[in-house]
Amino acid sequence: MSTEPLLDVQGLTMRFGGLLAVDHVDLTAERNRITALIGPNGAGKTTIFNCLTGFYKPTAGRLLLRHPVRGPIELQKLKGFGVARTGVVRTFQNIRLFPSMTVLENLLVAQHQALMPQSAFSFAGLLNLKGWRAAEDAAVETARDWLRRLDLLAVADEAAGNLSYGMQRRVEIARAMSTNPLLLCLDEPAAGLNPRETRALAELLVGIRVEHGIGILLIEHDMGLVMDISDRIFVVDHGARIAAGTPAEIRNDEGVIKAYLGEPDADEATTGTESP
Amino acid sequence: MAAPASPSIPFARNLREAGIAAAIAMALAIPFLGLRTVNLDQGLVVQANLRYVPLAGLVVFLGRLVLGLLAAPLRRAVAPLAGLKPPAGAQRLRPYGGPLLILAAAVLPFLPFANRYVIDLGTTALIYILLATGLNITVGLAGLLDLGFAAFYAIGAYTCALTTTQLHWGFWPALAAGGLASSLFAVLLSLPILRLRGDYLAIVTLGFGEITRIVILNWQSLTGGPNGVSGIARPTLFGLTFDRRAPEGGHTFAEMTGIAYAPEQRLIFLYLVILALTALAAYTVGRLRRLPIGRAWEALREDEIACRSLGINPTMVKVSAYATGALMGGLAGCVFAARQGFVSPESFGFMESATILAIVVLGGMGSQAGVIIAALFIVVLPELARSFADYRMLAFGLAMILIMIWKPGGLLSGRTPTITLSARKAKSMAEATS
Ligand SMILES: Nc1ncnc2c1ncn2[C@@H]1O[C@H](COP(=O)(O)OP(=O)(O)OP(=O)(O)O)[C@@H](O)[C@H]1O
Ligand SMILES: [Mg+2]
Repeated sequence: MSTEPLLDVQGLTMRFGGLLAVDHVDLTAERNRITALIGPNGAGKTTIFNCLTGFYKPTAGRLLLRHPVRGPIELQKLKGFGVARTGVVRTFQNIRLFPSMTVLENLLVAQHQALMPQSAFSFAGLLNLKGWRAAEDAAVETARDWLRRLDLLAVADEAAGNLSYGMQRRVEIARAMSTNPLLLCLDEPAAGLNPRETRALAELLVGIRVEHGIGILLIEHDMGLVMDISDRIFVVDHGARIAAGTPAEIRNDEGVIKAYLGEPDADEATTGTESP
Repeated sequence: MAAPASPSIPFARNLREAGIAAAIAMALAIPFLGLRTVNLDQGLVVQANLRYVPLAGLVVFLGRLVLGLLAAPLRRAVAPLAGLKPPAGAQRLRPYGGPLLILAAAVLPFLPFANRYVIDLGTTALIYILLATGLNITVGLAGLLDLGFAAFYAIGAYTCALTTTQLHWGFWPALAAGGLASSLFAVLLSLPILRLRGDYLAIVTLGFGEITRIVILNWQSLTGGPNGVSGIARPTLFGLTFDRRAPEGGHTFAEMTGIAYAPEQRLIFLYLVILALTALAAYTVGRLRRLPIGRAWEALREDEIACRSLGINPTMVKVSAYATGALMGGLAGCVFAARQGFVSPESFGFMESATILAIVVLGGMGSQAGVIIAALFIVVLPELARSFADYRMLAFGLAMILIMIWKPGGLLSGRTPTITLSARKAKSMAEATS
């Protein structure tokens, strides 16, 4: 199992006016591996994702994607949709589906990039040519595979917005996977899931990372899940990286424990296992 | 002042609300009814005549009171209608609905009761259906509010008018030019406004609509300004005209077919042309919805950020939605110009944009059947109520309000999925067994 480096983030900095949300963060992610990004609420994790996926323009830093076909790509120079086209695809902390479209339609929209030229920019599609029909069938099969894997086949024709929270989270993952990504970035995928759903999610992530040879970058507050499935963990606090290492190393890191539990004399201790 | 739908609003509260409404009405009535300018020898003089002010207050007071008392029973009365579902068999007939409708529309002008007036009304309705089908792409599918759609209608009409009168093109090339010009114009217009959303987009499109009209009005040398353009070419059938006498070097339909000349023939032909265009447009939109481009339009309406996270370029999606909608608007404009034989800027004011938008909203955003029903409603209803003349707009407004109470999402508000896995399964199974 090769673990070639996929993503190399150096000195990522994001400033909102006077607030330094991300402060010179270095980060790496590899193929076939799960890399976790943890830290207390407001640490800057989502902001790192937003910079990485082109939603924010970082104040400073270099985000290098080693694309197996296109070679090295500097993500910070691309627009949001351009980043997604390199294969860096994300989910959102507060789920963003296309609510009145069905689950299957959500997964087909995800394949827009491939389908658009196959429909000859709609001309072959309008004439319902054979080539287009084959392409559409293939797209539906891709979607069907992901629906099966995420146990969503029964709700394929339901409006995505009508599903339960846990199902919507799964639809978002299935949708991201339908794009055939290189690096899957998940922002708190276990938030709002019950323990059984969380276990299924853990199995799924471990499974797809190997089967599909992708890298997974995971933001998560559920420490049990993070410690179980991560190959490597980066910890941020107040925008700065305070630790990096294997789950065993992070568990015993004094800086991390302090960041999560607060200083011994702080009035209120918070545990990191809560989701916001 | 919308009363919550509680089963019984106390009478006292109704009384109070009616009082407030009456006070507002009287305050408004003072400048509107109470003061009037009179042209006396010494010039314009404002005269106070407050007689009608209390009357206005009284009318509004009673009206509001009655409305308040009737609101709850009315809502209860229409509630069961909202839950009405088409019978199960209707679903299977669905694919035949479109062709049947087109067939019915095609034989309409040949029915005995179809006089000039009926055909003319049908043509108007079809022009509005085509316009609303276009606007439905931008507003209903892509979710981009457009308050200036009449601009595209105008561009199509003027392109047709100018190419046929100045360049002496025939109707058919002018039709293509009108659609394309309108589409091109939409691309140019949409590029600067792509970053805007919601209210801002509405305001800017409103502005563009008006600017287009004003430019046409003032570009005297090209457009003839307020005088408009006349002498626009009529549609021809393979070069045959529908005139009484053939133009120089041409032939008329009557000559070539041996069918006696009748002035209605031209109207019927135009009606059939717009019917064909509208049917083609509706079919195209139906297919586009099932293609990646159409799904991207709807996805954009649902969540633009999610679109970007999937590698979809929102700019391209928006531009394509505006351009496709405008194409249909332009075609409708051409047919309109050819039917009147004359265009002037008056036909493309804000009221026109508002009417087309009303059709889309009333029909249920994104629904083709809804557009057809709403267009018929908006075009035909005022005609039926013509005998009431002055009360036409009143009846129209009342009908709109009733529909919005009954079906806030429009007449046909449910969204039909563009593809279903269950249908696919059935299909692939049928293929396997056959
Ligand atoms: N667009 C923005 N403008 C201004 N400040 C922002 C913006 N986005 C994030 N921030 C700030 O940056 C800091 C980091 O926020 P971020 O959402 O990245 O935290 P997080 O680690 O994802 O927290 P959580 O675990 O609660 O999701 C916060 O103080 C937040 O208020
Ligand atoms: Mg976050």
